Amino acid sequence: MANLTSNFIGIKSPNPYWLASAPPTDKAYNVERAFKAGWGGVVWKTLGAEGPPVVNVNGPRYGAIWGADRRLLGLNNIELITDRPLEVNLREIKQVKRDWPDRAMVVSLMVPCDEESWKAILARVEETEADGVELNFGCPHGMSERGMGSAVGQVPEYIEMVTRWVKQHSRMPCIVKLTPNIADIRKPAEAAMRGGADAVSLINTINSITSVNLDTFSPEPMIDGKGAHGGYCGPAVKPIALNMVSEIARSPDTQGLPISGIGGVTTWRDAAEFLTLGAGNVQVCTAAMTYGFGIIKELTAGLSQYMDEKGFSSIDQLVGRAVPNVTDWQYLNLNYVAKAKINQDLCISCGRCFAACEDTSHQAISMSPDRKFEVIDEECVACNLCVNVCPVQDCITMEAMPKGAVDPRTGEPVRDYANWTMHPNNPMAKAAE
Amino acid sequence: MPATKGEPMSNSLTTPGIVAGRLHPEDYTRHFDDLYPDYAAHEAMVAADRCYFCHDAPCITACPTDIDIPLFIRQIQAGQPDAAGKTIFDQNILGGMCARVCPTETLCEGACVREAAEGKPVEIGRLQRYATDTLIARNAHPYTRAAPTGKRVAVVGAGPAGLACAHRLALHGHDVTVFDARTKPGGLNEYGIAAYKAAHGFAQAEVDWLLQIGGVTLRQGWALGRDGSLADLQADHDAVFLGIGLAGVNALGLADDTAPGARDAVEFIAELRQAPDLSTLPIGRHVVVIGGGMTAVDAAVQSRLLGAEHVTMVYRRGRDAMGASDHELSHAANEGVKIITHAMPVAIHANGSLREVEFAYTHPGETGLEPTGETFRLQADQLFKAIGQTLDGAPDALTLAGRKLAADAEGRTSLPGIWAGGDCTGDGEDLTVTAVAQGRDAAESIHAALMGAGA
Repeated sequence: MANLTSNFIGIKSPNPYWLASAPPTDKAYNVERAFKAGWGGVVWKTLGAEGPPVVNVNGPRYGAIWGADRRLLGLNNIELITDRPLEVNLREIKQVKRDWPDRAMVVSLMVPCDEESWKAILARVEETEADGVELNFGCPHGMSERGMGSAVGQVPEYIEMVTRWVKQHSRMPCIVKLTPNIADIRKPAEAAMRGGADAVSLINTINSITSVNLDTFSPEPMIDGKGAHGGYCGPAVKPIALNMVSEIARSPDTQGLPISGIGGVTTWRDAAEFLTLGAGNVQVCTAAMTYGFGIIKELTAGLSQYMDEKGFSSIDQLVGRAVPNVTDWQYLNLNYVAKAKINQDLCISCGRCFAACEDTSHQAISMSPDRKFEVIDEECVACNLCVNVCPVQDCITMEAMPKGAVDPRTGEPVRDYANWTMHPNNPMAKAAE
Repeated sequence: MPATKGEPMSNSLTTPGIVAGRLHPEDYTRHFDDLYPDYAAHEAMVAADRCYFCHDAPCITACPTDIDIPLFIRQIQAGQPDAAGKTIFDQNILGGMCARVCPTETLCEGACVREAAEGKPVEIGRLQRYATDTLIARNAHPYTRAAPTGKRVAVVGAGPAGLACAHRLALHGHDVTVFDARTKPGGLNEYGIAAYKAAHGFAQAEVDWLLQIGGVTLRQGWALGRDGSLADLQADHDAVFLGIGLAGVNALGLADDTAPGARDAVEFIAELRQAPDLSTLPIGRHVVVIGGGMTAVDAAVQSRLLGAEHVTMVYRRGRDAMGASDHELSHAANEGVKIITHAMPVAIHANGSLREVEFAYTHPGETGLEPTGETFRLQADQLFKAIGQTLDGAPDALTLAGRKLAADAEGRTSLPGIWAGGDCTGDGEDLTVTAVAQGRDAAESIHAALMGAGA
């Protein structure tokens, strides 16, 4: 049976699933329930500086989008960092870590952007014997208006500066949490690395308005008729997160920088995908907030079964396994030729492939009077839209043509690998030989 | 089936003969309530989500009224069931009743690609009911009459064909008078289908809603031939539409088939539908229904629901030749109706009142069905005959096609100025939805004729 034990930048946990810094990790009561359920670790909900506690709105903090049967697809929130006194949080962190020494206890922090503030809070956190800190440079709402959270995360120089302070004033491992609300995720990651960060975690939430109430003309979630953008998370953001994780994992400038993957992890499969794209562990929030802590049983059992089936005995063997296959468009093989193929035994004749191809693509599917749908190889560019709109799994597949076979669309044989950098239409192309 | 709670019964399931009050009072309400209650909003959303919005969807082709089914389901998905209702009514103004009585398994749902894929079609009928009920409940008629044309049209028969025709004619601005022999409008919707298919007075509510278009006058208690002739109608109107249905019933042709206890199923169903208190309606302990169509099923199932202990439905051919759909037959079997096929009645044994019905097993022979020689008897206090209805009371001047009125694709009969549609025409299955389509199309034909050049 696969060993799920995780060692992320020296922080050990029985499995690679941590609860992300968020409402589920706001106090001892929740965290203890999580540990009892089997979670590997937590990032305690973000602590602020000493002083009057943060206040939250007293109306809806969350908004959502759903599928037809109310499956929650995306969640947005406007909650701020912890609104409990610093003293209480620190006392509870210390107690929980003592009671659960085998679990990862990382503390998320967000204080004003001056060295003294950071120095002060770090000293307090160290006393709790927590395993590390995570710098919240990601929250896109509320705190960012006060020069914290994503306001720091959007300026690489600030990230580097604050990270440097943290490493200077603390011996604890330091994870820098990145905001996705930027143009190029590699820049803040590089800044964190320069500042001495032990790891980055991403993604934090994405600026969002979930919907508009068409009676009151208020954005949702709505507070007394008004709405402010929140941070978007949940299954809907996973593709964005996977890309950003892979960008950092494959960039030569951040090579080897450990990554904690966050963003829509809902099942073991999502977690495995993050790991293969270079995440050393994953953090989960929305799935737990939707279904409760009990999902950890599926998350761990599923990952374990997958690893057994694939012959992986430890998490490390999975981490980064897909990274070499992430490349730039210019290096994709332009001589790879595939054709859509419709399995007539599985086809239920709904005609969605036909409508999609005929109306919006390449007119490469024919329809007979008796509703038989067939691919016209002479027109098919293998765009995959028919596969994506077909309601029957594996009914339409993309079949690669063997080398040497003639593509009926172009009349050209399938040739050896060649990409855009070698293509004759590319004015910048280098000679193939 | 019958429970044993509440007040004591005057009679019970085992009381001999034909008696009323076999059940506890509350059981009648339960037994004859909506067979398939309307969707709740969330259920409808989930059911609608299963629709694939097929290209050139097979369900539309399968619908006799050509309702744009994927469109109305998408409108439900988009949170506007009333707009979905309008999409349905544009094609089928009796879409509410059709949602309840259509044999969807052989029409839209039978053609649904998910039926082919999984044996579980999108529940189009129930979605249609959700949409149409939502719009009707708003009690705001979604159509506005065109400016009056000054043309007058007589519609004979206030059943599905006549009502669909009248509504479409009124929509175009014509003045319509609907003549109907019964006390209430609705035709078979009001008198001829099982109560649990049109519970809570839906048939009358639908007529009331439909008449909100304006320009339609109902004249109940007026029978063609008895209260006026076709010539009378033609003298007072610019066109006439006949939606007179099939008023006659086929006879068994056996001695004693009018013995006390033997009656036509349509008459029983009509009486049941109009009964103010079902606990006063007598029903036999042993009931035999002869026939294999929807009328036979409705009579058999409702006999059980009234408390008949043994109900047997007997049909002379095989199950595949039955007019009733598989769904209807399964429902009957679930309600405890015993179904015997390949048997024809050969004798009725009465002794003052009905005692037994004797049947001979059949097999297909050279000259049609032939008895195998084996016979059996079923004990019977009550016998319902449901072996088909026939055209009755049609004006002699009209040409027949087979046993029904001859009419072309637009509903034109052999006489100029006379159109016809519904069960009195055609050679099909006499479906409500087909009648609606024919009434609607005849109205368009009449409109074109009245407003065309030289009209």
